[in-house]
Amino acid sequence: MPLVLNEEQSLLRDSARGFLAKNAPTSHLRKLRDSRDETGFSRALWKQFAEMGFAGILVPEDFGGSGLGHVEAGVVMEELGRTLAPSPFLSTALLCATALVRAGSEAQKKEHLAKITAGDRIGAFAVDEQSKHNPRKIAFSAKRFGNGFALNGSKGFVVDGHVADFLIVAARTSGEPGETKGLTLFIVDPKIKGVERERTIMVDSHNAARIKFDNVQVDADAVLGEVDGGWKIIEGVLNVGRAAVASELSGAGEEAFQRTVDYLKQRKQFGKTIGEFQALQHRAANLYGEIEITKAAVLKALQTLDEHFDSAGMIVSVAKARAGASATLAVQEAVQMHGGTGMTDEFDIGFFMKRVRVGQELFGDANFHADQLARLNRY
Amino acid sequence: MTELETFRKETRAWLEKNCPPEMRKPMQSEEDICWGGRHWKFRSDAQRVWLERMAEKGWTVPEWPKEYGGGRLSREEAKILQREMRSLGCRSPLDSFGIWMLGPALLKYGSEEQKREYLPQITCGQIRWCQGYSEPNAGSDLASLQTKAEDKGDHFLVNGQKIWTSYADKADWIFCLVRTDFSAPKHEGISFILFDMESKGVSTKPILLISGKSPFCETFFTDVKVPKKNLVGTLNKGWDIAKYLLTHERTMIGGMGLRAAGRPVNQIAADTVGVDDKGMLADPVLRGKIAEVSIDEIAFVFALERAGDLAKTGQGNPAFSSVLKYYGSELNKRRYELLMSAGGSDALEWESERSKEGALARGWLRTKANSIEGGTSEVQLNIVAKRILSLPGA
Repeated sequence: MPLVLNEEQSLLRDSARGFLAKNAPTSHLRKLRDSRDETGFSRALWKQFAEMGFAGILVPEDFGGSGLGHVEAGVVMEELGRTLAPSPFLSTALLCATALVRAGSEAQKKEHLAKITAGDRIGAFAVDEQSKHNPRKIAFSAKRFGNGFALNGSKGFVVDGHVADFLIVAARTSGEPGETKGLTLFIVDPKIKGVERERTIMVDSHNAARIKFDNVQVDADAVLGEVDGGWKIIEGVLNVGRAAVASELSGAGEEAFQRTVDYLKQRKQFGKTIGEFQALQHRAANLYGEIEITKAAVLKALQTLDEHFDSAGMIVSVAKARAGASATLAVQEAVQMHGGTGMTDEFDIGFFMKRVRVGQELFGDANFHADQLARLNRY
Repeated sequence: MTELETFRKETRAWLEKNCPPEMRKPMQSEEDICWGGRHWKFRSDAQRVWLERMAEKGWTVPEWPKEYGGGRLSREEAKILQREMRSLGCRSPLDSFGIWMLGPALLKYGSEEQKREYLPQITCGQIRWCQGYSEPNAGSDLASLQTKAEDKGDHFLVNGQKIWTSYADKADWIFCLVRTDFSAPKHEGISFILFDMESKGVSTKPILLISGKSPFCETFFTDVKVPKKNLVGTLNKGWDIAKYLLTHERTMIGGMGLRAAGRPVNQIAADTVGVDDKGMLADPVLRGKIAEVSIDEIAFVFALERAGDLAKTGQGNPAFSSVLKYYGSELNKRRYELLMSAGGSDALEWESERSKEGALARGWLRTKANSIEGGTSEVQLNIVAKRILSLPGA
């Protein structure tokens, strides 16, 4: 398959770009932040997003979705990265939908997928427990209790966790932290007894939550997939998330870069446009190369998820590591080249720096993925 | 089954049948590369047979037209061939400046007669070409070249000197930039000509490099007679051809590291620093650095592929070859620094049989030229700033 977007994918990109530029430019994020919006995103905008078919992008047509692939999902994420619009697209349409589509029972799919597609239900995928992403180390406990399970432990960095209508929680039903056997996914209603949610406002003004589970009792039908056999699906969902965040980082990095190049062509000092200085030209050209090489890896990761889902781990790690590193370089250069202006809250470039820092951490930073790559190559 | 899947199966079967087992073993050093040419001595029968079979199939140049010795494969088919060769470990049957540089330029700018004469000789490895570009006073500022070609009616008379001519002492023919109009602005008086290195008045002198080897030469032309029909394209318009050819040269140099011979760095490191009880390299800092370079290598392979795909669909920018050249050559230097670090004192041996005459150390030193040849890294960044980012005054 050629490593370029096909015609339909390009059209999808254009429509997502047009929609977001009109309805959710960076000023949209600023407004949500400044008004201390309780939801942290616009429900009306999410509903419109759903009407365009984006909320059901990975949902099969039988459940009312668009039945598209990961390349399409990545295309939308990249555009979200350009305007930094907060949206449940990642948590709900990608992570939870993937878990449900790939591991859900008919009943679970029926219960959730149509509502996700319609934009009427928000889900959150709760996996991290420590401050650094390390899913093998899951300790969160699920013990058999009566006909079901009792859940104990806490989750952090749960994207959209504070507003989610349902949670998909990764828990340990057997084995020790560090083992990949013995993990199980549960679908949990966050409003039941024993669940305590704390919204954590992060540096990027996007949504996350810490969630505590104190002897939370769920029925056996809350299990998503197989008891003790959850690792493969957790890994699959995480790989979708990683490739998606890589796409978002790629979009955010490129947008920050384009704004910087425009600035280099306008700003005058010493009687010259600063873009005439070779010191800046070479840094900009170097950054352009880093961004372009990352884009190839990200597209390849998305295509591989579509073609060989279960063996996409290596290229997904390459894409996430690259995207984290090159977007980080892009926002650093952006602030530096904008000078004092880049440091002001009034100017938007800081939003990009903040979002990229969060995206770098989400589902494993460049170091985590370098380690993943080494493990996959057995060294 | 899709047509491409059928093609993949047939290709796989053909390669399994026709690629000699010896040609599926990793190359031990540069000595194992097949360059072809009038005076080429095959290292083995297997090397000869492999070249002959691939050339007959047109697969030394899979995407070239059939009439010039190519395989007329589509881009997707050519990618499949490449992938299957990689997965079987097949060596490149022929490395050639004719394939990488002159061929694309002739396909675009050559006359029908020139294409029919020169291209088939390239595809089967019969004629080995070298490139006469740089001069002692025309390095980064290539267009200031001074080698002169005077119009003498039925021929040009060439006088001057080239430098850094890769394998000039082993090549059969040269594609050469010469000045045909001294009164015109520097970019407008240059022509692109071809001539036989056995012509009277051509001499070469290898340059000993820090690697202890001499891949580059000084090349001298004294009253060399070149038939007029050996001019490619239009007189005094050679700079356009030169630039077009450079985009191919740059992509080639960018991808140089991917053709590197020898053991993978993680295996070398496993021998020198050892592994822990989980099989992880015992030096965690080195392990991290290896993984980082490896991430960039994998990404770069796909960047090369994507650049080719974009070009094929008309969405490419020719100046993107400068990105590939810059990134690929800097990456190759990083790769060799890491190989040397992983190899420790073993990698420092210069003459022993154990070290294959210092193959790694010599390879490491050779890579330092990657970011100089074909335009320095700084020149590539200038090109990107000007032609892609449109920065002012670049």
